[in-house]
Amino acid sequence: MIEPLSLQALPDAAEALRADVRRFLDESLAAVPADVRARSWLGFDAEFSRKLGTRGWIGLALPQEYGGGGRDAFARFVLVEELLARGAPVSAHWIAERQSAPMILRYGSEAQKRAIVPRVCRGEAFFCIGMSEPQAGSDLASVRTRATPTASGWRVRGQKIWTTNADHSHYMIALVRTSGAPDDRQRGLSQLLIDLKTPGITVRPIEDLTGDRHFTEVFFDDVELPHDALLGNEGSGWEQVTAELAFERSGPERLYSSIVLFDAWLSHLRSAGGEDPAALALAGRIVGHTATLRSMSVAVTAKVGAGGSPMTEAALVKDLGTELEQFVPLAIADALATARGDANDAAASASPELLRTLAYITQFAPTFSLRGGTREVLRGLIARGLGLR
Amino acid sequence: MNEAELAEPFDRLLGDVCPPAAVRAIERGADAGALWSQLESSGFLDTLVPEAAGGAGLRLADAFALFAIEGRHALPAPAAHTMLARALLMAERLEVPRGPIAIAAETHVGADGAISCPGAPYGLVAHAMVVATVDGWRVLPTAGAERRSTGVHGSLRADLHWRSPPAGALAGRRRVAWREAGAALAAALLAGALQRVLGLTVAFANERIQFGRSIGKFQAIQHQIAVLAEHAVAAHMAAQIGCSGDGPLPHPLRAALAKARASEAAAIAAPTAHAVHGAIGVTAELDLQLYTRRLHELRADFGAETHWNRVLGRALLDSNAPCALDFMRSALLPAHDEIRGP
Repeated sequence: MIEPLSLQALPDAAEALRADVRRFLDESLAAVPADVRARSWLGFDAEFSRKLGTRGWIGLALPQEYGGGGRDAFARFVLVEELLARGAPVSAHWIAERQSAPMILRYGSEAQKRAIVPRVCRGEAFFCIGMSEPQAGSDLASVRTRATPTASGWRVRGQKIWTTNADHSHYMIALVRTSGAPDDRQRGLSQLLIDLKTPGITVRPIEDLTGDRHFTEVFFDDVELPHDALLGNEGSGWEQVTAELAFERSGPERLYSSIVLFDAWLSHLRSAGGEDPAALALAGRIVGHTATLRSMSVAVTAKVGAGGSPMTEAALVKDLGTELEQFVPLAIADALATARGDANDAAASASPELLRTLAYITQFAPTFSLRGGTREVLRGLIARGLGLR
Repeated sequence: MNEAELAEPFDRLLGDVCPPAAVRAIERGADAGALWSQLESSGFLDTLVPEAAGGAGLRLADAFALFAIEGRHALPAPAAHTMLARALLMAERLEVPRGPIAIAAETHVGADGAISCPGAPYGLVAHAMVVATVDGWRVLPTAGAERRSTGVHGSLRADLHWRSPPAGALAGRRRVAWREAGAALAAALLAGALQRVLGLTVAFANERIQFGRSIGKFQAIQHQIAVLAEHAVAAHMAAQIGCSGDGPLPHPLRAALAKARASEAAAIAAPTAHAVHGAIGVTAELDLQLYTRRLHELRADFGAETHWNRVLGRALLDSNAPCALDFMRSALLPAHDEIRGP
């Protein structure tokens, strides 16, 4: 069964960080329109990431020994919440900070840790994730990209797809088959830490429906890698990837994807003199759900901070969170169209900036419940946690 | 007294005095007096009463666990309502009447002084009813009221009507947002009932065999129950927010959030639980109905989700918070000292 989550507030020490972050964001984002900010964790801005790194705001919760801030998960929660709620362009360092560096610290060799993690924390080493393949999406255990042992290390052949930012990244952590056949499923998989400058790697961007180009496909054509490209143990790739996805699901990231749109709509309602009871109820529902989910996310963060591994709870928060994120654009589109039809005057019209923000989130929202595990995968995890599987 | 010290004995007590058979009996009209006197002698009803007045002096946040347990046991008597009413009576140095006290969800005062409470929760079992009036609030003995069952099978609600303000009514002068208070308590009761419904549904899905395996092995069933679990956990969190605060009364906007979120969860959970149970789930014999009927009643008591979402939305738009996150942090999310005992 699933135990209820306990309400708690963020510690004062973590909250103390908020004002500084906010001041920095006020300066950095003042001129950035909502439809650009709405991209947030797909907004690539290497210069912005380096500025965060200079302030010590990348790897805030990573050990100081490796260039991190040595703070706890709550401090990181405050930082990430501010970045996302304001729509800061965090894409460049996002994966490196959130998933790759923690993975390297957990499974990597001392040399790998020293060589890479401090650069991640400075905003100088960007990462992408090589999990999905054309024939391996939710069924991740069926990856076919193969690394064959050679005298000098590994030779990699295969293809990854839906890799965010491979064309702007320095490294990829890839899940590959190092022994056995695809039928062996979880057995025989390993993770490789790949320097993307290595010869034989071709990256091709894929344009998405909004016109953005963050997805890529990556081809490995007999790429020669050294022995120390192996991350963790040979054959332990599945366990490591499972842990990586747990990092991915446990933060505050899964409720704020549509918040820039929500704030833009609230501003519009205030200036248009919003009195429509349906619009009020909608605004109340969104803010009430968000506040509840935020409290759930803090509770999950506390469990992780206490050394727990709340897989089921994290899946539950993420599934509800992405459902809300996807509901927001659909409901706001209806509210705006209804208000316009009722008023039939130009004052009721939304600004082009709000409409562009709405269109972007509407079009891109389907991915919210894909990245990091689909809705169906998450519900399967919850069912297991409930004792149904 | 920490939460476990308080909660576990209360859970055991209700397990003993309020098994499903007792719930059914009282719903069929049996006297709730014996059940109530055991609650009364347990001391739990004075949980929120100040220590100086002989109570446990706990805050609403500390008592949340008790309310949720009450919901989980489908207690056919107003324990949470009585706890709050006693605390506020004592705070005004008014005498606490014995017997169950319920908070009216809706009160109409006529020009002639007549008072009616349509569909009052626990109206059939309460000895006294808290009603909000223009100049404060009153605790009216139900003995002098015309009391009519709503005619809804198994429901403990009643329509109560006093032709004139009854003699012996206690009058509180302090302004109390009783509707918000009732909403926060209902949200907490819902949280407990949702937990029970989830547990019953998981157990049934694991036991019931169709097509040669337990129906819980089917992905379509698993995913429905996963969604039920999500809403049960979310409602529980929202209800905790609703019962946060440093006194016996909830913060009005947090109560709004709690009741909106828990009511929405009830409307999703009850149909899902029944869908999984099939026809046996709608029989009188199976316990499920004791809880799902309450989910629907508690959802409506003191205002359902759209009402409270409007209240929240109005407050959000009227606030000068620069963004939704700031509004949440300043108006909805409690600070440390509003969550747990000092």
